[in-house]
Amino acid sequence: MRPLGERLRTGEVLVADGAIGTMLFQRGLKPGAAPESVTLERPAVLEEIAGLYRDAGADILTTNTFGASPLRLALHGLDGETEAVNREAVRAARRAADGRAYVAGSCGPCGRLLEPYGDVAAAEVLDGFRRQIAALVEAGVDAVIVETMTDLTEATLAVRAARETAADLPVLATMTFDPTPRGFFTVMGVSVAAAAAGLAEAGVTAVGSNCGNGTDQMIAIARAFRAATALPLVIQPNAGLPRTDGGETVYDETPAFMAERAAALLDAGVSVIGGCCGTTPEHIRAIRAAVNGRAPRP
Amino acid sequence: MTVLAEIAQAVIDGDQTRVGDLTRRALGEGIHPKTVLDDGLVAGMNVVGDRFREHEIFLPDVLLAARAMYAGLDELRPLLAQEGIPSIGKVVIGTVQGDLHDIGKNLVGIMLKGAGFEVIDLGHDVAPERMVDTAVEQGAAVIGMSALLTTTMSVMGEVVALLKARNLDGKIRTVVGGAPVDDAFARRIGADAYGFDAANAVDVVKRLVGRA
Repeated sequence: MRPLGERLRTGEVLVADGAIGTMLFQRGLKPGAAPESVTLERPAVLEEIAGLYRDAGADILTTNTFGASPLRLALHGLDGETEAVNREAVRAARRAADGRAYVAGSCGPCGRLLEPYGDVAAAEVLDGFRRQIAALVEAGVDAVIVETMTDLTEATLAVRAARETAADLPVLATMTFDPTPRGFFTVMGVSVAAAAAGLAEAGVTAVGSNCGNGTDQMIAIARAFRAATALPLVIQPNAGLPRTDGGETVYDETPAFMAERAAALLDAGVSVIGGCCGTTPEHIRAIRAAVNGRAPRP
Repeated sequence: MTVLAEIAQAVIDGDQTRVGDLTRRALGEGIHPKTVLDDGLVAGMNVVGDRFREHEIFLPDVLLAARAMYAGLDELRPLLAQEGIPSIGKVVIGTVQGDLHDIGKNLVGIMLKGAGFEVIDLGHDVAPERMVDTAVEQGAAVIGMSALLTTTMSVMGEVVALLKARNLDGKIRTVVGGAPVDDAFARRIGADAYGFDAANAVDVVKRLVGRA
């Protein structure tokens, strides 16, 4: 396979995978337990899920390391296992990729608020991301994806850690926005334009948004990003917003719905389309078909 | 601007030092501590709550305003206790067992304190028994529960059931919130109310304690 960064630079459209957490719960992950605990206890489950997404046509498989920075693992007493948790997750995804998909190392928020709003210093957060990303890179990821960020400072620390660790590796970064009467902002008050500028300055390969919104809001977010930056865009919508129905959590957007709306995302100039909470291999399969059905970009 | 309006503005600005100074000045001028609380600190926090609800400001502004408000509360608390002035109600809050997400819950705690409630925050991963026991020991009127995970929200139902089993339903009221929670869920588990965000949670708790 050609290097992922090169394909992004030449404007190719790639499909990323969908949700992992909900798949893990279906496979017996206990409420409140760290999704990362599965990595050490049952890595075959990770390989199975990643394999389902690969078979659905995903070009990019994300590692089960969203919460695998030592600060966040410490909430579960697993920070001593940081290296093993990250390494084994990469290995599981790599086995599933089987040479047919890229492996992107997921790096989510550290789970605490940075000073002056919270109690953790930027230097400690940066050290944590360095430790996590060093393990991801050493295990051989094709890219790092910084995800679901709401604090631009924290996001740029993660990007910086990735850039320092592996200067040549593509770094994708996505933040999570809420609709407001004045446009989209993260809960920490970061606009799409501010996210695009700050992440570009930190040296990302591609920017965008994941989680927090269904596909239609994500189309608006993608357009706002396109107006703010020339970087390749990454968009990973939820399958709608969760609601409960008779005790079950339901996401309303069907694979057919998301696939139909994928055209608008491509029109907005999105390079990487995947899914977040509530999406399944069936959603990714439908999105893959929609992407394949489009003429290549001029 | 009166000193009380200045206090409110300093809370809105998130200026911790100025809130402390102005609160001491107001007390030095002989203004009643309850008036300083209601017309200074709480008035400022109400503006912050409204602006947050309208998306005019964001979480960082609320956190800084809360810290500033606490600087004033620290000055007032011993005086209010001396005068035997009760808070407008005691609320036990926590993120339910199995759930470690507490940013939303913390925000609710800030807004409740800002509205004049006494808040006992049990943190995250709180067992149903501990929620109920604490509410009983502390004489709390309301238990506020938060969950971010669809897999932990069912614990909220266990708290409601435990209150019922101990014949405390109706005496200790329950309010639930968090991303996967909605009004229908609250009704289904028998909770007294649902708060859709932190500011709304305050309105709901006020209603539950008859202060709306």
